[in-house]
Amino acid sequence: MRFFEYEAREIVKQAGIPVTDFGFATSADQAREIAERIDGATVIKSQVLTGGRMKAGGVQFAETVDEAAEHAEAILKLEINDHVPRGVLVDPRAELEHEYYAGVVWDGIRKQPVMLFSDMGGIDIEEVAEKHPDHVGRAHFSTLRPLSDFQAKEVIAATGVTGRPLTRITPILTRLAELFLERDMTLAEINPLGELADGSFVALDAHMDMETEARPRHKKLLEDLGVGSEETRQARESTEFELAGEEVDAMDHRGVAGNVTEFDGNLGLVIGAGGGSLTLFDAVRAHGGDPANYCEIGGNPSVRKAAGLAKLVLEKPGVDKIAVMMSIVSNTRVDIVARGVVKACLELGYDPAEKIAIFRVPGAWEEEGFKILDHYGVEYTDRSVSMHEAARRAVEKIPSSA
Amino acid sequence: MSILLDENTPFIVQGITGREAVSLTRECLDYGAGAQVVGGVTPGRLGRQVHGVPVFDTVEQAVEHHGGPIQGSVVTVPPAFTKDAVLEAIEHGVELIVIVTERIPRRDTAQMVERANEKGARIIGPNCLGVIVPDVIKMGGIGGPAQDASKAYTPGPVGVISRSGGMTTEMSSTLTAAGLGQSTAVSIGGDAIIGSSYAELMPLFEADDQTEAIVIYTEPGGRMEAELAEWVRENDSRLPIVAFMAGRFMDEMPGMSFGHAGTIVEGKEDTAAEKIARLGEAGIQVAEEISEIPDLVKQKMGATA
Repeated sequence: MRFFEYEAREIVKQAGIPVTDFGFATSADQAREIAERIDGATVIKSQVLTGGRMKAGGVQFAETVDEAAEHAEAILKLEINDHVPRGVLVDPRAELEHEYYAGVVWDGIRKQPVMLFSDMGGIDIEEVAEKHPDHVGRAHFSTLRPLSDFQAKEVIAATGVTGRPLTRITPILTRLAELFLERDMTLAEINPLGELADGSFVALDAHMDMETEARPRHKKLLEDLGVGSEETRQARESTEFELAGEEVDAMDHRGVAGNVTEFDGNLGLVIGAGGGSLTLFDAVRAHGGDPANYCEIGGNPSVRKAAGLAKLVLEKPGVDKIAVMMSIVSNTRVDIVARGVVKACLELGYDPAEKIAIFRVPGAWEEEGFKILDHYGVEYTDRSVSMHEAARRAVEKIPSSA
Repeated sequence: MSILLDENTPFIVQGITGREAVSLTRECLDYGAGAQVVGGVTPGRLGRQVHGVPVFDTVEQAVEHHGGPIQGSVVTVPPAFTKDAVLEAIEHGVELIVIVTERIPRRDTAQMVERANEKGARIIGPNCLGVIVPDVIKMGGIGGPAQDASKAYTPGPVGVISRSGGMTTEMSSTLTAAGLGQSTAVSIGGDAIIGSSYAELMPLFEADDQTEAIVIYTEPGGRMEAELAEWVRENDSRLPIVAFMAGRFMDEMPGMSFGHAGTIVEGKEDTAAEKIARLGEAGIQVAEEISEIPDLVKQKMGATA
């Protein structure tokens, strides 16, 4: 879950890392007040969860309070990559002697966090790592033992940084690494970390991503920042169809019938489980099919939930038929899925044999499931028909949109 | 033979009184030679039984009751308590820990793995279905009830490693239908950080006489496939590998995660296309469809024989 810059900077500040005296505004008037308080040149930055702000005109420099308010007004209206800004950050303009980079990420292979540092800040760290590898220091650190400053010091010194910058940045990188673990981040970045004329350091931009699974542990922080539990902060905002999918999944606590993602095709998918859904979605597309949605069934959902999911997909505008397909199931019962999807068709006044292009869910309780499908004349297969072949048969039944 | 476990591997189930754990215990007792489930642990439930398996408050009590070391544990406790349960198992000498629980933050997994490494224990998962040695033993929910597991899995020469529990069974069933049995099938889990990756299991399969080929199921997200490709290049492995990559459509949708938590693409190397290229460079054949896998395995096995 990604944080807006103004939130990320607040998190950094709480961890004891110096930040500028910035303010967050959702209106030009608020921006003016902050600029008045700052009483000097400012930078107005769009608060969006997407890159390329500078290029899109989402970052503007102001000399006066009036200018700050004008820029805020314009930026608040400016959509960047289809993202409407949450607000603007009003920042005192800092004269920088030098820009550094400090970051922490997970290394899934070493299974440890790694701290990164570069004396070439202000640009993308991946680019620096590629072109100037000797300007990037890095070190893994333990998740069990407390961090000691020397670990950060070594990483910084490895880039050739010495003197006062070395001793001043060391505690900042250590605190960033600590905050990364304490706050269950998947990415914690300060870029640039600016060196001011008086030799002090300040975080001028911060990027923080918190692991979704860890959100329940950080209720207090999220509450303080005003992040509601309904804010998923996914790469794109949930659509109404996807929110309706969440409601289906929340009907009861038995199994999963959700994780719905909207696409704009004509073949509705009622598919599962995790890996099975990924495989089947690819298979439908490989055979020229046009999926209306992605979803996942698993963990033996109730008939009600399976029916709810099938109904949601069937009612989606543009959906011609649904394909009900899963990899071999062992804890989800085939008959329950069969009952659910047939029920959905009947309740909507459809003929299941007409609306269900194919049913390929082999596994536990399949005989019972097949009996139900036989009764309604729905085409089904057992495990002898591959997932890709089932997808092909489903796609074939959809009249081409041409 | 097999890797990781055999019919003589005693194990416990932590969180045994949970609904899923109760059926998982039944499945393991029923499958193959019948697993030695020597105890279960649920704090506060000392003295109960689950399908005849005694329940204890602590792992220590289970070890004492067993009267000897307990090699394995299947951990099914809720995410907030998983780390503690695993640290407890490691502390009491458990060597093989299968973590079924989903939605565990990476920090917890990293801590469990770091502790396991210090004590020489191995973790499979989290977010996995466990390990099965066809017709011999299964540890975890893999394959489901004994009769269903018997339909999909048969003994044979192929080692299976999969980031998806369900696809472990789908691929093994496809191999079985083509007359190719499995030596051991391991559901390694769908998270971004897991206890045992492909490359970490390869040396075990390499040392196993029964195994003659490897089939893996892969997904976008993470560097595990790149790690495997590096391992294959650096070690002159006798085992041909056939891979299947699901979730190719995700390459068009950066920043979104589908299927498993670990599929989140965070870097250039994480995409399906990049992984397929890397696996290919290392001589690992990537099948377009599951149904192609048996023929590819047979070809490769013929070529190395």
